[in-house]
Amino acid sequence: MNWTWFHKLGSPKWFYEISGRWLPWLGGAAIVLLLLGSVWGLAFAPQDYQQGNSFRIIYLHVPTAILAQSIYVMLAVAGVVGLVWKMKLADVALQQAAPIGAWMTFLALLTGAVWGKPTWGAWWVWDARLTAMLILLFLYFGIIALGNAISNRDSAAKACAVLAIVGVVNIPIIKYSVEWWNTLHQPATFKLTEKPAMPVEMWAPLLVMVIGFYCFLAAVLLMRMRLEILKREARASWVKTELRAQVEGRP
Amino acid sequence: MSSVFALLLARESRLLFRRPAELANPLVFFAIVIALFPLAVGPESQLLQTLSPGLVWVAALLAVLLSLDGLFRSDFEDGSLEQWVVSPQPLALLVLAKVLAHWLFTGLALVLLSPLLALMLGLPPRCLPVLLLSLLLGTPVLSLLGAVGAALTVGLKRGGLLLALLILPLYIPVLILGSGALQADLQGLPTAGHLLWLATLTALAVTLTPFAIAAGLKISVGE
Amino acid sequence: MSFASFSEFLAMGNHGVYVWTSYGIGLLVVLINVALPLLGRRRYLQDEARRLRREEMK
Repeated sequence: MNWTWFHKLGSPKWFYEISGRWLPWLGGAAIVLLLLGSVWGLAFAPQDYQQGNSFRIIYLHVPTAILAQSIYVMLAVAGVVGLVWKMKLADVALQQAAPIGAWMTFLALLTGAVWGKPTWGAWWVWDARLTAMLILLFLYFGIIALGNAISNRDSAAKACAVLAIVGVVNIPIIKYSVEWWNTLHQPATFKLTEKPAMPVEMWAPLLVMVIGFYCFLAAVLLMRMRLEILKREARASWVKTELRAQVEGRP
Repeated sequence: MSSVFALLLARESRLLFRRPAELANPLVFFAIVIALFPLAVGPESQLLQTLSPGLVWVAALLAVLLSLDGLFRSDFEDGSLEQWVVSPQPLALLVLAKVLAHWLFTGLALVLLSPLLALMLGLPPRCLPVLLLSLLLGTPVLSLLGAVGAALTVGLKRGGLLLALLILPLYIPVLILGSGALQADLQGLPTAGHLLWLATLTALAVTLTPFAIAAGLKISVGE
Repeated sequence: MSFASFSEFLAMGNHGVYVWTSYGIGLLVVLINVALPLLGRRRYLQDEARRLRREEMK
């Protein structure tokens, strides 16, 4: 296998150039897929025979919940890469992805609560999935708070990496213990998203939305990382020429 | 290697004994928090008995967390942490001794105090073995996980609140299993499952967290 | 199309409030996430432009 791409990732300049080329495509794909998915899900997908039209919230709730969990795993992967190979780019990715993850968790929680009102008759039920999501939100807050509290940039990144790795080892334990706790205390609650075999007209828009949200994540993450790299590498000569070009390009 | 472990354990214990007031603080905190609940929810004994597993566990968890804030502080300030980091002995082993000493004098003390407070909340005496066993298995996990947070925040001026923010979400499985065991026992259900899971968590924490604590200390010292 | 008319589409069979609040907040969160780095970049470039001009004056 060819590993040159991996070593090239160590160079912020290379990353800045290549990400500038990818960004329009990712952004375009995100807009097209998210629009397509929501129109499809809102207007064309058949309604659920049990939950009626409130089930259409699934097209927002499930993609954000998937994203919220996979961003945390991504944080830990970036943390390992940053700690083992001392790659600056991984540090930047770790700290820039954490706020996006927190936003996605917040959105998943909020849509879960709004969906819960017509389904359970209450805004908040201590359902296993919602509770696990709430804990995930706290884990994100911890990482963001630790990153902000440490003033030295490199130690902040390393500390966040250690915390993310400890967190990711804990997430399965938290998930299973919360599920267990839930089954012990509230037997047979109505699960929001578990249903007997969803027909293809229902899950096709969901798939579009999930891919769309991943493109959205990639685009926003690249935008945040590019800005952070410009700030961090302000002394490098390529950043100076880039800044001059940008500044003079728009008077 | 084991002699270093024993030496360090003895040194830490001696240091802790020289400041008995600090040893008593978590215990007093534990007792006060337990006393707050009847005042807040009312003295109704039936209600207190159903709530008691959760109350004892939440109070113990907070007391351990509070005591961890200063775990590495004095060593950080007088520079002995730097000596630890550069010493030829594996740092993970040294911190394990440190946390073990801390647990012996706070965690274990909390475990010993807990039956008294649980009885005051109306927990029937037949539940005491499970209470002791669950706390005995759970508090080391609390100390070890908390030490990870303490290692990461030791260099910060106001680390206390941040420590709670970082560590409390990670405490949730221990809380669920510990209070779950006690609740099951209160209802006369078997508790072996809960306790075995708690023991698994303890084994995991003892083997894995020392490396995370060592990594955290290296980062904090290197800053 | 699973709705007969546009008003039915808006009503979502009595669940309109829930569906549309969810999607409204979702749109808002997506827009905030896109706007934050864009605004940050603009402000940073403006700061840098000011700094460059100051340095050229000297």
